[in-house]
This record gives sequence, structure tokens and C-alpha cells, in this order.
Amino acid sequence: MVVAETQVYMPQAPRTRQRLLEDERWLAFVLLVPTMVLLGMFIAYPFVRGILLSVTNSRVGVPGDFVGLANYYKIWNDGIFHTSVYNTFLYTGVTTVFKLALGLWLALLLNRNFRGKAFTRAFILLPFIIPTVLSTFAWKWMFDPTFSVLNWLFYHLNLISGRINWLGDPDLAMISIIVVNVWRGVPFFAISLLAGLQTISPELNEAAAIDGAKPRQRFWYITWPLLLPVTMVVVLFSIIQTFADFQIVYVMTGGGPANATHLFATYAYQIGVGTGLLSEGAAISLAMFPILFLVVIVQLLYIRRVEVR
Amino acid sequence: MGQVVLKGINKFYDSVHAVKDVNLQIRDKEFVVFVGPSGCGKTTTLRMIAGLEAISSGDISIDGSVVNGLAPMDRDIAMVFQNYALYPHMSVYDNMAFGLKMRKFTRPEIDRRVRDAADILGIGELLKRKPRQLSGGQRQRVALGRAIVRHPRVFLFDEPLSNLDAKLRVQMRVELKKLHLRLGTTAIYVTHDQVEAMTLGDRVVVMKDGVVQQVGEPLELYNRPANKFVAGFIGSPTMNFATVTVTEANGSLIAENAGLRIRLPDGTARRLRGHIGHKVTLGVRPEDLTVAGAADPDHPCFDAVIEVVEQLGSEILLDMKVGQDVMVASVEPTVRVNVRDKLRLAMRPSSLHVFDVKTEEAI
Repeated sequence: MVVAETQVYMPQAPRTRQRLLEDERWLAFVLLVPTMVLLGMFIAYPFVRGILLSVTNSRVGVPGDFVGLANYYKIWNDGIFHTSVYNTFLYTGVTTVFKLALGLWLALLLNRNFRGKAFTRAFILLPFIIPTVLSTFAWKWMFDPTFSVLNWLFYHLNLISGRINWLGDPDLAMISIIVVNVWRGVPFFAISLLAGLQTISPELNEAAAIDGAKPRQRFWYITWPLLLPVTMVVVLFSIIQTFADFQIVYVMTGGGPANATHLFATYAYQIGVGTGLLSEGAAISLAMFPILFLVVIVQLLYIRRVEVR
Repeated sequence: MGQVVLKGINKFYDSVHAVKDVNLQIRDKEFVVFVGPSGCGKTTTLRMIAGLEAISSGDISIDGSVVNGLAPMDRDIAMVFQNYALYPHMSVYDNMAFGLKMRKFTRPEIDRRVRDAADILGIGELLKRKPRQLSGGQRQRVALGRAIVRHPRVFLFDEPLSNLDAKLRVQMRVELKKLHLRLGTTAIYVTHDQVEAMTLGDRVVVMKDGVVQQVGEPLELYNRPANKFVAGFIGSPTMNFATVTVTEANGSLIAENAGLRIRLPDGTARRLRGHIGHKVTLGVRPEDLTVAGAADPDHPCFDAVIEVVEQLGSEILLDMKVGQDVMVASVEPTVRVNVRDKLRLAMRPSSLHVFDVKTEEAI
């Protein structure tokens, strides 16, 4: 008979393990385990270890003893630490403003229709995809007092008469690293904001044009408010990244001249690894944490408000 | 005033000739509808009138002055977009007030105009809401409101009803018509829906491939289509076509093909004297076909085999095979027929259309 040939799948009595996975709570837990292990190993553990380290007096080769908040007290009174805190805020603030302004300007240009649009859009990303250390070395050459192409250029344009010691002067060195950071960060802003611009229907701008809004008003009343949620996320990311920046300063100035361009990260590295005072270095890097935490909270709240609007 | 004149308008996109030599005079207070299949150039023409699209050649003038070089804001027009284009971050009130604010109207004047428009459109309750809190029909009203607060010289509509469901579309169509009668502002309306075109337009402009096929009042297009395209585009269900050869027998003209042989009525015959021995395309609307028994015995008749019977309540649509051709007839709901029945049908003589086979122009 035909019916006899039809195989009916009869599940066997499920084993305990299978039965456990049928339960969604268990299944969720099992699926989350790999992520939790990775996060735990590479983020939670180093973070906790850093906190523990910062309350000891351990050095390279010396486990050290518990000293309470002595390290924090020490950096609180450390002049170079004060400079690096000031520098970090200055560096983050100035670069973010420039990156946002230039990135937005580029994004608005790239959002237009022109020949070679796709190529330009890809090309603009170059500073972002070149390994930072390599591009920073190139910049270091451009700022070198003897070989500086900038000095050569300014000299031949009759703008300067002598050499400018870009990285040898504390203020010029700060400006130099800010320039490099802006150069490197603008593409990220430009491309992210461009993506944001493309989600805004062109009809809205056309409607506003017919409504009598001039280009500047269209940007201010239509484009900018609609782009704001994207802008906030991009700025948030950039602030976090810039605040903890290391590579550019390390390669360009090493924190110099005379510790004038240290940021949190480079100073923590210099103390912790350079001089071997691990516990003090840990205290310096942890001092960044509350500030960044606050920035993230404030901006996430703001983003939520903008989105609800 | 709101008189719009298009003179020799052309639009090229690189090598594509999207709009070809459009000439048109739109009178003040007139409601003109551009209709045609997608890609026919109707929306491009509208956008050129709005100033959103540059004109490749030709002149557009509003009330006698050429506006080619004017920005959209300086043309004193208002436009309603297909997707409404409401500013999502502004309330309904601010959406409607935006154009007035940009034009520096005083606050009390803005308030008065917005509330007037809201009253006309019945959206007074919604002024504080954001666009995303509105239904499709409400958004459509807000978009209309944004246009009418400005009291422009010309309204431009770009398929404004195409995102609404069928029932709402019919309702809004009636309201648009009422609104136009009330405000009397010149309106140019783009649609691909011939029913919208016929019901709304004082005059209808039929376009195809960037070329204006015919301009006329709705019934003029229906009764005297200039070519086969207009004949097929206007009217639903669409006109039946059959290619026939014209011959002469016993002093009268006969049109025939494999499944059809009819004696042409005098009016049509007179026009076809020069086509004896040649092929022409015969056109007859489904509603101009009747079951032969009831009709005048002099009407041209032919036999058909019924393939599908569509009961619509108010009428019956019969899909039939006539020789090699497929035809549709719309007959009285009282007619009792079945699939595969053989039926003799009569044509109303005055409603017979004839087109040149090659040029497709009406003969």
C-alpha cells in the first residue's frame, strides 16, 4: 500500500541536553556565552585588573602592595598630568569642531551630482584607511624642521623667511598634531554625514525651495535638523576616539617638546611602560574613564531626545 | 491671475530627449491635467514649470513674463508632491506656516492664513501633530494646506493621490475638484490615471514619449481621439482595435478581416474612400457594443465567442474572441450569457473610430 511507504518522522524521546536547549532562557544563555567570554577576557578583565593595579605600588618586576589612592593623589598634584588633561580637552575640542565643519562641508559637496562622484567618494576615504602610524610618519617628515615640505612651500611663497620648527615649539607642536588628527578624521565625518544626507528625501529641499527658503535657510531649517541624529552619533564616536588617541601624538612628538603635547594615553604609556611605574600609569588611564563615561551618557540621552522629536 | 504659457519646451538628459517641443496655453483659473504612461515627460514638464528642472530650450511664462531664469520661490507657485514632502521634524502648523515665514509674513497674518486653510481642509484638530502621527489622507491634506496658505498664482500637483488607497483617492479627487471651484486658482495636475484626468481636468493633455498627443476637454478626447494612443489610453475598459482591409461591394464599403466583416456606416465610409484596398485600424469602445437583437438592424454586426464573463453589477464585461482578435464589450446587466456562447454584436455606427495603420493618426 502507498500509505505504508510514507515515512513518518517520529522524534525520539529528547535527551536532557536537547530539552534544556528547548528552553529559551537556556538557549539565550548558551548563545551569549562566546560573546561574554570574549568581552570578559579582553575588556572586563583588563579593566578590573587596571583598577586593581592603580591602587598598588607595583612596578615592572615588582608585584607591589596595596597603597589605596596614593597614585591618584600623586597624579592629582602632577604638573605634567595637568598639562595632559588640558591638552586632551583642547585636542578633542578643537579637532572635533574642525572635523565636523570640514566633514559636513565635504558631505554636502559630495551629495551633489557631478562627474566622477563614485570615485571621489571612495578617494576621500584614503586618509582614513591608510594605517595611522604610516600616514603620521609622512606628516612627521612634512613637519621636520630641516626637510619640511611646508617650510619649503611657505618659503617659496615668500610667506616666511626662516625655518619654522613645527614640532620643536610647544604651541606649533600642538597645532601640528591637531592638523594631522583633523586630516585623518574628516573622511569619517564626511562619509557618515553623507550617508545621513542621502536618507533625506530631495523632495523636502525642493518643497522648501518652492516655499521660498534660500539655500542657507534650507540647510538650517531642513537639512541640519534632519541630519542631527546622525551628527550626534558621529560626534560621539569621534570624541571617544580622539579623547583616547595615542598613535598620532606618540609618532609625531612622543609627548614633547618637554612633555608639552602629552595626552592621557601617551602620558599613561610613558609613565606605565616607559618608566615602568605600572600602577601610576594605570591610574592615569583610569582618570579618563569618568569623563568619557559622562560624555557618552549625555550624548546618548540627547540622541534619544532628538529621535523622539 | 495665473496664466501659464509653454512655448517650444524641450528637455534633454544627456542624450535622452525627455520632453519634445511642448506648446501649451493654460488659461487663468483653468484646471489642466497632464496624463500619460510613466516616462512620458509629464512630471518633467511640471518640474520645469516649477523651476525644479532647467529647461533645455523654449520659454515658460506666467502671466506674460518669462520665468525661465527664475528660482522656484520667485515664480509664485505652490506644489504638492507625490510623497507629500512634509517636513518630518515640524508640526502640521509649522509645515503650513513655513512658506509664509520664509516670505516674512507677520505672525498674526500667518496664523490667520494657516487656520483658514486648516478649516477649509478640515485639519484644524491636527495642527499640533507631527507628520508621522498622521494617516495618508491627513498628510495629503496638510500638503494641500501648505500649498493653499500661500495664495499662489498656480498650483502644481505631481500625482498627489497615487499613494492613497482606492477609496480615499476617489474621495480626495472630489475634494480637490471642490477646492479648485472654491479657490479658482489655476492648477496643473500630473497623473497616470486617466480617470483622474477625465474627472478633474477642464482640459487634458495626453503625453507619450515626451510628445503631446492631444490637448482637449475630457469628452473631446473620449469622442474624437486624435490617434490610436489617445483612443486606447482614454476610457476604461480600453478601446477595441482590429486591423481590417477596406473593400467596396455594391456601392458600399466593407471592412473585413479573418473573423470580421461589416458594412461601414456612411459617415465612416466617406472618410475611407481613399483607402479602398488598404488596411486600416478599426476602433470601437466596449460601451459602444450591444447585443445585436436589441439594436437597430442597420448597425454593423459581427459574431463573437465569449471567453470570460465579468459581472460588475452595473454592467457585464464580455471578453470575446472575434476571429483572431480579442475584444471586450460592456453590455447591460440583464443580458444572460455563458462562456463559449456565440453572440452577435452590433456597433453604434457613430462611434466607430478609424486609424491609419502606419501613422496611427485618426482618419
